[in-house]
Amino acid sequence: MSYTLMFYESQEDFAARMDPARQQEYLAGWTHYVNALRQSGIVVFGSGLHAPETAATMKRRGGEMAVQDGPFPETKEQLGGIFVIDVPDLDTALEWAARGPVDTVEVRQNLPTLK
Amino acid sequence: MEAHQVIEQTARNAYGRLLSYLAVNWRDLQAVEDAIGDAFVAALEAWPKIGIPDKPEAWLVTAARRRLIDRARRTRVSESALPTLIAMSEDTQRLASSNTGFPDERLRMMFLCTHPAIDPAMRTPLMLQTVLGIDAARIASAFIVKPSTMSQRLTRVKAKIRTERITFELPDAEEIPNRLDSVLEAIYAAYGSGWDESASTVSPHRRLAEESIYLGRLLLQFNPREPEVNGLLALMLQCEARVGARHDEEGNYIPLSQQDCARWEQSMILEAERYLHIASQAGKIGRFQLMAAIQSVHAQRLWTGQTEWEAIAQLYEGLIRISPTLGSLVGRAAAVAEVYGSECGIALLEAIPSSEVVSYQPYWALAGHLYKRMQRKEDAHLAYSRAIGLSTDISIRQFLNRQAAEI
Repeated sequence: MSYTLMFYESQEDFAARMDPARQQEYLAGWTHYVNALRQSGIVVFGSGLHAPETAATMKRRGGEMAVQDGPFPETKEQLGGIFVIDVPDLDTALEWAARGPVDTVEVRQNLPTLK
Repeated sequence: MEAHQVIEQTARNAYGRLLSYLAVNWRDLQAVEDAIGDAFVAALEAWPKIGIPDKPEAWLVTAARRRLIDRARRTRVSESALPTLIAMSEDTQRLASSNTGFPDERLRMMFLCTHPAIDPAMRTPLMLQTVLGIDAARIASAFIVKPSTMSQRLTRVKAKIRTERITFELPDAEEIPNRLDSVLEAIYAAYGSGWDESASTVSPHRRLAEESIYLGRLLLQFNPREPEVNGLLALMLQCEARVGARHDEEGNYIPLSQQDCARWEQSMILEAERYLHIASQAGKIGRFQLMAAIQSVHAQRLWTGQTEWEAIAQLYEGLIRISPTLGSLVGRAAAVAEVYGSECGIALLEAIPSSEVVSYQPYWALAGHLYKRMQRKEDAHLAYSRAIGLSTDISIRQFLNRQAAEI
C-alpha cells in the first residue's frame, strides 16, 4: 500500500531554511529522518518543496480561471515537503509520521495509478 | 461536594466495576457501555435536583439496567435475556439495600479482553476502554493509530465477543498460567515496552503509565501471591520511579547511567523491591520477574553508588532463554559491552538479523554509542543518524545529536 506523508512547516521552519545561523540544524533534522526512511527501503518518492510564497495557485471560480500568488489556503502552517512510502498499513505510515522532524504531518493513502 | 464532581469521581473509580458487573450478566459490551453512558447523563440531570444518593454506584447500576431492559424490549432481539436482566435487577436491589458493594468482576473482564479469540493487538485497547473507561480517541493517540480506525476496531471486537459468545467465565485452573500471561502482556503493552524511548512527559503513551500501574495493582488484588503479577508491578514501579530523573530542568534527556539517583522516587523503588521479594518466594522464575530484577539492580546504585553490570548481563542471559525479544537482545548487548568491552557488545548486536532492526531505534542508539567508544567514527555517525531518524521524542533526538557531535 502506498501512503503520502505531508509535512507541514511553520513560517519559522521556512525561515530557518534560509537563515545561515539555523540552516544547518534545520537540515540535520531532515537528514537523519530521510536516512532512516531510505534505509528501511520503503520510500517510493520524496521531495521538499520551496517556500509557500513562491507558489502560484490556479483556482477556478464559477468556471472562470484565476491565478493567484502564494499558497492555498493561507494558514499558519504550509506544506513543506512530501514522502510517498510503501508500507503495509496506515498504522505503519503513522508510525513514520511520528518520527518526522516537524510537528504536523498529514497522512493519506494514495489512489491506485489511473489506467 | 458538587454533584458533577461526585459523578466524575464515581466515573473514574467505578466505571470499570460498573461495566464489568453489568457486562458479565448482559454480555453485550456495546449495549452496556451505552447504558452506562446514559446512566451518567441521567445522574448529571437528576443528582443536582434530588441530591447525591447514598450509594451513587448502586443508583447508576439501577439506571443502566433500566436502559438495558428498555432496549431489550424495544429491539425484541433478546427476549430470552430478559429473565437474566430481571434477576439481575433483583440482585442490584438487594445490593442497593445492603452494605456490601456489588461484586467486583473486573478480573473476569481482564480475562475476557485477553481471550485467545481476540486479536492480540486489540487486547490492550479493549482493556483500557472497558476496565478504565478511556475513550477510543485517547487510546488511538497513545498507540499512534487513526482515531476512527481505533473506534472501528473496538466496535468490531465487541461485536465478535457478542456474536461468537466469547465467554466471561474465569479460565480453568490448568489454563490460568497462559491466560494470566496474556493479561500481563496487555498491561505491559499499555505501560509501553519502549518506556525509555517514550519517556517524554508530553507523550500520550507516557500518560497511560499511571493507568497501567493501576491495572497492575488491580490484578495483584486478585492474585496477591502470583510471582509474575508481582514481577510486572515491580517492573513498572521501578521504571516509574525514574520518570522525574529522566529530564533536567531544561527538558534535556538524561540516560539511566547518568541520572542523579537522588531524583528517583525512593518510596516507589522500595515498594517495587517488596513485590519482587514476594515474587521470589514462589521459586518460579518468569520474564517479568527477570525484567524487574534487571531494573532492581540498576536501582541499587541509589545505595551502593555503582551499577553491577555483570549481574545485569546474567539476568539478560536468563531473560533471553525465556523470551528472546529484540528488546532483551539489545539490553544484553548493552550490559555485555559494559562488562566485557564494546567489541563483545557489538558482536552481539551484529548477530541480530538486520531485517529485524530496520526500524528498531534502541538498536541503532546502542550501536552508535558502542562504535563511538571503539573509535569507529564512520559507523558511529551512520548508526546515530539512523537512531535519530527513528526517534519520535524530541528530547531523545537532541540527546543523540549531542552524542553524535562528540564523535
